[in-house]
Amino acid sequence: MGVPLAILGGAIRVGTPLLWVSLGETVTEKAGRINLGLEGTLLMGAMTAFAVSLGTGQPWLGVLAAALVGTVLGLLHGLLCGLPRVNDIALGIALMLAGSGLAFWLGKPLIQPSAPPLPAVPIGTALTDQPALRAALDINPLFVLGLVGALAVHLVLQRSRIGLKLRVVGDSDPAARAFGLAVGRYRMGATAFGGACAGVGGASLSLFYPGAWSEALSSGQGVMAVALVIFARWDPRRCIWAALLFGGASAISPALQALGYSQGYYLLAALPYVVTLAILIGIGRPSAEAGAPGELSLNR
Amino acid sequence: MTDPRLALALNRRRVLQAGAALGTTALLPAWQEAMAQGTPLVVGVIYVGPRTDFGYNQAQAQAAALIKKLPGVKVVEEENVPETVAVQKTMEAMINQDKATLIFPTSFGYFDPHMIKMAEKYPKVRFAHCGGLWTEGKHPKNTSSYFGYIDECQFLSGIVAAHVSKSKKLGFIAAKPIPQVLRNINAFTLGAKSIDPAFTTRVIFTGDWSMPVKEAEATTSLIDQGVDVLTCHVDSPKVVVETAEKRGVFSCGYHASQAALAPKGYLTGAEWDWATPYTAQIKAAQSGAPMPNVLRGGLKDGYVKMSPYGTAVPAAAKTKADAVKAEMMKGTYVIFKGELKDNKGAVVIPKGSNLDQFNGELEKMNYLVEGVIGSIS
Repeated sequence: MGVPLAILGGAIRVGTPLLWVSLGETVTEKAGRINLGLEGTLLMGAMTAFAVSLGTGQPWLGVLAAALVGTVLGLLHGLLCGLPRVNDIALGIALMLAGSGLAFWLGKPLIQPSAPPLPAVPIGTALTDQPALRAALDINPLFVLGLVGALAVHLVLQRSRIGLKLRVVGDSDPAARAFGLAVGRYRMGATAFGGACAGVGGASLSLFYPGAWSEALSSGQGVMAVALVIFARWDPRRCIWAALLFGGASAISPALQALGYSQGYYLLAALPYVVTLAILIGIGRPSAEAGAPGELSLNR
Repeated sequence: MTDPRLALALNRRRVLQAGAALGTTALLPAWQEAMAQGTPLVVGVIYVGPRTDFGYNQAQAQAAALIKKLPGVKVVEEENVPETVAVQKTMEAMINQDKATLIFPTSFGYFDPHMIKMAEKYPKVRFAHCGGLWTEGKHPKNTSSYFGYIDECQFLSGIVAAHVSKSKKLGFIAAKPIPQVLRNINAFTLGAKSIDPAFTTRVIFTGDWSMPVKEAEATTSLIDQGVDVLTCHVDSPKVVVETAEKRGVFSCGYHASQAALAPKGYLTGAEWDWATPYTAQIKAAQSGAPMPNVLRGGLKDGYVKMSPYGTAVPAAAKTKADAVKAEMMKGTYVIFKGELKDNKGAVVIPKGSNLDQFNGELEKMNYLVEGVIGSIS
């Protein structure tokens, strides 16, 4: 089976948690706040989902629990950022460290057991007899949900009253206040939503692919997703492409090595980061026309 | 005097009084003597990951659990210590706070410069490192290296793999191209080739010891290329073995037994038995003997062992592997013998040359043998 299929499969496998985290962060940033703590939220989500699935035998209950834990962590970030003279970037980094530390500590007894995983969406089984193609098309159900979620979030942001208000809050604090909008509440809600999505992203790691809990599980995906938001220019639909691109780039190195082309594999392994960096440089400093929220501390 | 517990307590007191009256503890075993003097040997064990990782750290922790039961030994442990100055701080804390006098920093990257620095600073403390290459004159006398010839087990795994593989394509997921890893890839391949020279091993380097997503992706890629038996050299083979089981292919384990993770596809695996070098170091420390600077051994010496055969292993494979294992137990089997070519066609071991397991040349291995598909740079 060829490299293109491997890249496509890998894009979906590796990209799913990135899709969720970047989708959530897009909404948070649209409201004018940044949450760099998502790496910690992702890990807490992964750990919680695994624990609940292990305890109850219900992986979907694990996903729900991960979303809840993510919501709580998001609310915490939102609450603390609402205090005067609190910098959201510094706080995010603190929460990232706290979240991952807590997840490692609570997750100690979860390294050995195997929890029931999420069932795959067997598109491949219906289409083909070829085992490799089948496996590549045994799709993570959270990927499908993520696609639906991205389109839904897009519609809500662009077409609904609440979406419009959220964008006003993110673009101009004075304007929002002049409209009589409760700026703090909108930001709080958007941060909680971002946390919930990051929690689900974590559940995708521990309950589907690779489908285990360990401390090295996330390897920076939560941080990466924040970069992908800029790359996606705060458009939920573009989050899909951003996540797939990064996931696909991650699959190139193993796919080529499996074929025997392993010269310079260290360079190949760095490819996803190089690609992201190159594209970010290519895009340049995002302007308001490109969808950058005006109140975002990154853009001010 | 009807309460038996009370009677026992009185008896013990009487014995202790008798011992005190004699003015000597010579009648008591050595460890009680040590305890009476209040000086158990404090042994520090440092892990790079969690102790329950189904892999590298678990194998070390199993040995630590065994030496805890030895008389006059107290074990202090710390897990998840990165290969940075953090490990120096951990060592200093163990030495100063816990009064540890023998330390096992178990991870490869702890050796140079971290452990060497600490050994120079604390010359009375003994440091026993796993896997490093101790060199006379270059490294302090209070440091040492222990390692096992687990490539013997990898060779046997290769033999078993060759009996169940239909595609004649084997897969190996490796962390980094360091000599120990290359030796395992090569031994696994040579084991399979000893059954049928047509066998090839595809190797994927992930770049680090613990990268679950990359390991899963590597496993998936190899299976997509038609590989039907996989093994690995990463810290925790859990992801590799579970992913292989999910895709219905076979796997051989590493470090510790992963049989529980793959009831259908687990064939066998290469496991450590670190209690052997741990015990040797402790005995030397307790008796005040000089530190054994280099400890090496294979199956014969009890440094490594095989996982029990899984249900999918045919009788012919067991017979063949057991026969080779019996020769290894006698110490007569040579894995790396001439003429051996690397996978670029160059001769790496000339004709007529047999490198026995203890040969230092093997610890500097920097090539992949013929039949391995992959590159180390």
